[in-house]
Amino acid sequence: MKCAPFDYVRPAGVGEVVTTLRQAGGDGKILAGGQSLVPVMAMRMARPSVLVDVNRVPGLSSVETDGDAVRVGALARHALLQAQPDHPLLAEAASWIGHTAIRTRGTTGGSLAHADPSAELPVVAVATGATVSVAGPDGVRELDAAELFTGMMTTSLADDEMITSVRFPRPSRWGFAEFARRHGDFALVTAVVTEFGDELRVTLGGVSAAPMRAHAAEEVLAGGGSARDAARAASEEIEPTADLHGSVPFRRAMAAEMVRRALVRTGVEE
Amino acid sequence: MDVHLIVNGERAHVDVEPRRTLADALREDLGLTGTHLGCEHGVCGACTVLVDGAPARACLMFAVQADGAEVTTVEGLQDGDGALHPLQEAFVAHHGLQCGFCTPGMLMTAAHLLDTHPGADRETIRAEMAGNICRCTGYQGIVDAVEAAGNARDTPA
Repeated sequence: MKCAPFDYVRPAGVGEVVTTLRQAGGDGKILAGGQSLVPVMAMRMARPSVLVDVNRVPGLSSVETDGDAVRVGALARHALLQAQPDHPLLAEAASWIGHTAIRTRGTTGGSLAHADPSAELPVVAVATGATVSVAGPDGVRELDAAELFTGMMTTSLADDEMITSVRFPRPSRWGFAEFARRHGDFALVTAVVTEFGDELRVTLGGVSAAPMRAHAAEEVLAGGGSARDAARAASEEIEPTADLHGSVPFRRAMAAEMVRRALVRTGVEE
Repeated sequence: MDVHLIVNGERAHVDVEPRRTLADALREDLGLTGTHLGCEHGVCGACTVLVDGAPARACLMFAVQADGAEVTTVEGLQDGDGALHPLQEAFVAHHGLQCGFCTPGMLMTAAHLLDTHPGADRETIRAEMAGNICRCTGYQGIVDAVEAAGNARDTPA
């Protein structure tokens, strides 16, 4: 349970981070909060030869209102997201991440880059249509959160790219519901409902390799359907897999119930 | 690598490999064996210490990351003359431990909890302590102890 040896680099700026990652040639990893990376290194499931500690890169830790959205620096800790008043959905989602001692360290950029299918922030990013700013050798590019997540713990980030900030639009109404075995455990199902204009979006985490929009449920809602009808549609369109935490029917039932709760919390008729 | 930090109010220096966790540096290099290591991958909470006042898993931080930081371990809870911290007294009085392995992490989490949630009720205590696992007590005694220490603090004699 001890990490394999690695070289440790602590750059002072984003440019130096990118250069260091490029020099590492795909064998470098960014160390931000370390709450997911260090465990997999301790279990020797990851053995990066270079660890690029970004914790002292200035200017990446703030949460600021940006028009109809909130811009979150890549190094903003979950505890800060939980405490900020400007994006209540983000605050609620952050409160479900791990425990206090995890939230004081874990970061927004790290959670998105790690892309755990059970993690809360990737679901909120897709649910709000967040824009992710990514620094690389050719400068900064922006991409939609939905383009970031390409599969189980897999993103479209290149080896020499780093998330610098995420812009989360603020929904006019929202609802969040999550089921985990114990509070702080990884979610079996997370459901996030967001309203933008006349559109109600239903986004699910934990039921597929990456956060997914429940389009069938959204169509039910667009047609004036009830929360229960939409919940049933969501449970039928997902393709969950069975593991020691639950069977397929159990996961479908949990997904339906979380969608129902999130819709009711949004203010949709049950 | 050279790491300079403040541990329990005193300057400390260690020269460690980058892969040395903060927990191992505290235990092996500084001799502060009060910080316990259970799972070594961030699940059990036994290694919880305060880094710049905030609780952190010392097994998920490398010592090099703590360069310049202020770290408080369970050894830093008692005051200068060796008297136990009121939380420690409460753990003794309310059967908040049996084997004691999880206790250092419980105490550091509870110390931060009482600082940030004055007057915390049992539900809050349970939620905030949920990241620390105990295999002996069944948790009742731990919640009793934290609640009693909080009440004692909120009503000064």
